[in-house]
Amino acid sequence: MSGANLFGICGAALVGLGLYGLITNPEPLRKILAFNLLGTGVFLIFGLISRRAAAAGFPGDPVPQAMVITAIVVAFAATALAVALVLRLLEQTGRATLGADNPVSEIGNP
Amino acid sequence: MKRMEFALDLFTVFTLSAGALFFLAGTVGLIRFPDPLTRLHALTKVDNVGLGLVVVGLIPQADGWGAAFKLVVVWLLVQLSGAIVTQLIAGAIREWGPSA
Amino acid sequence: MSSWFFADAGLVLLVLAIGASTIFARKAFDAAIAFVVYGLLLAIAWVRLSAIDVALTEAAIGGGMTGTLLLGAVARLRSAEPDNIRLGLPVRLATGFCCALVAAGLAGTLLLLPEAIPTLAPAAMENLVHTGLGNPVAGVLFAYRALDTLLEKVVLLLALLGVWSLAPNNAWNGIPGLRLYERPNSTLTFLAQILPPVGIVVGIYMCWVGANAPGGAFQGGTILAAMWLLVIIARLENAPSTGQLWLRIGLVLGPAVFLAAGLAGLVSANGFLAYPPGYAKPFIVTIEFALTISIAVVLAMLAAGPSKQVQQE
Repeated sequence: MSGANLFGICGAALVGLGLYGLITNPEPLRKILAFNLLGTGVFLIFGLISRRAAAAGFPGDPVPQAMVITAIVVAFAATALAVALVLRLLEQTGRATLGADNPVSEIGNP
Repeated sequence: MKRMEFALDLFTVFTLSAGALFFLAGTVGLIRFPDPLTRLHALTKVDNVGLGLVVVGLIPQADGWGAAFKLVVVWLLVQLSGAIVTQLIAGAIREWGPSA
Repeated sequence: MSSWFFADAGLVLLVLAIGASTIFARKAFDAAIAFVVYGLLLAIAWVRLSAIDVALTEAAIGGGMTGTLLLGAVARLRSAEPDNIRLGLPVRLATGFCCALVAAGLAGTLLLLPEAIPTLAPAAMENLVHTGLGNPVAGVLFAYRALDTLLEKVVLLLALLGVWSLAPNNAWNGIPGLRLYERPNSTLTFLAQILPPVGIVVGIYMCWVGANAPGGAFQGGTILAAMWLLVIIARLENAPSTGQLWLRIGLVLGPAVFLAAGLAGLVSANGFLAYPPGYAKPFIVTIEFALTISIAVVLAMLAAGPSKQVQQE
């Protein structure tokens, strides 16, 4: 197993972690963090593909690398917009959560 | 010239190991020290001496004086920003107490 | 197994541990700090994957700018009411199991990929001489897939429009509510006087050298944006009000020059965003220069947020 494969597996594990955090964390800011983790995991998978696609003599395929650069910038733009929305929610309602008006103490516990 | 290269490689290995030791000491200090101020103290050792040893060890391996100069500039910038941030955090601790 | 394998394995374990601490941290502040560390470790991982341009972009935008945004948000959210909702343990276990299945499926698919996969690297390198560039990633970004880069710049502008539209009605065209450092003459002022000259040189150099070596407009523009934010936060300059003409011209300059070069390609070469043979390098350098300015302005304004105060005349 080469180093690049290791990073691909790392990317897959980060996708799983990010999905878990996105679903189970109730606060929007933590969801944004988990979403970023999910995104960077997918980028690492692209990195594996780029390294695998290295033909004779070249260190990597530049097309996936350029796509990842574009994706990192767009992910930052999306994060900035999401954070601005969360802060506006805070200003309007005084809360930074999407919970119901009567917060339930635990969901899903019988 | 082979002996010279071997001696330089040995030098690199020793200084990098010493730098890594400082990094380890600083990290242990960061985790185990009780107070934010003492933790800051541990971190500055990493910044100055640890990174300095790593940079000194990498200079023989750099290709050309330009790359070696860039390594030293990196070390100076890290020291500058590390020192400023340490001052700011210490000021915040003095004003608001250790729970800041 | 070479010794690089153990270094890579150690790095992967670190990245996963810090990623887990981002998800499972109790306080939002710890999670944000862990995310910044995670971004920097990922930059090292990208270097190991021989993608240096991506490593620079990840360290600058993924670690630095996103970290700034998140730490600012965490500071403001400290005054919010805490949440009382927590998912119960059975739901969390089931979710964890499904996410582990997804991750395992992805990892299995990746390991089953054939060793020789179709690659565009030889084609990219062969045609690079026509563009006059030495960096294949810059060639992809500005010559082969220039339309993607143009549209990505427009996406940045649209995100900024979205952020600005969240301003209250009476603060439209006002000054962004970026939190400034409280004490006017402090150590931060010293840093904001010493670092920006170095940072500006490094940023312009990174944009210039991106034609032949790892670097480029995005990385250089991010450093310029960071220097501008540092100067504003240290109170050496006021945050610009969002209605000012020079700000808006700076924002639009990059995409406008890019679009103009593309339309000029319709006339002088054989298609939109095609460069006339022999003149590709000057076109690309001009586009990159305008793009760096625009990227610096747009990233700084995205980090500054929507306007809060009315413009003081």
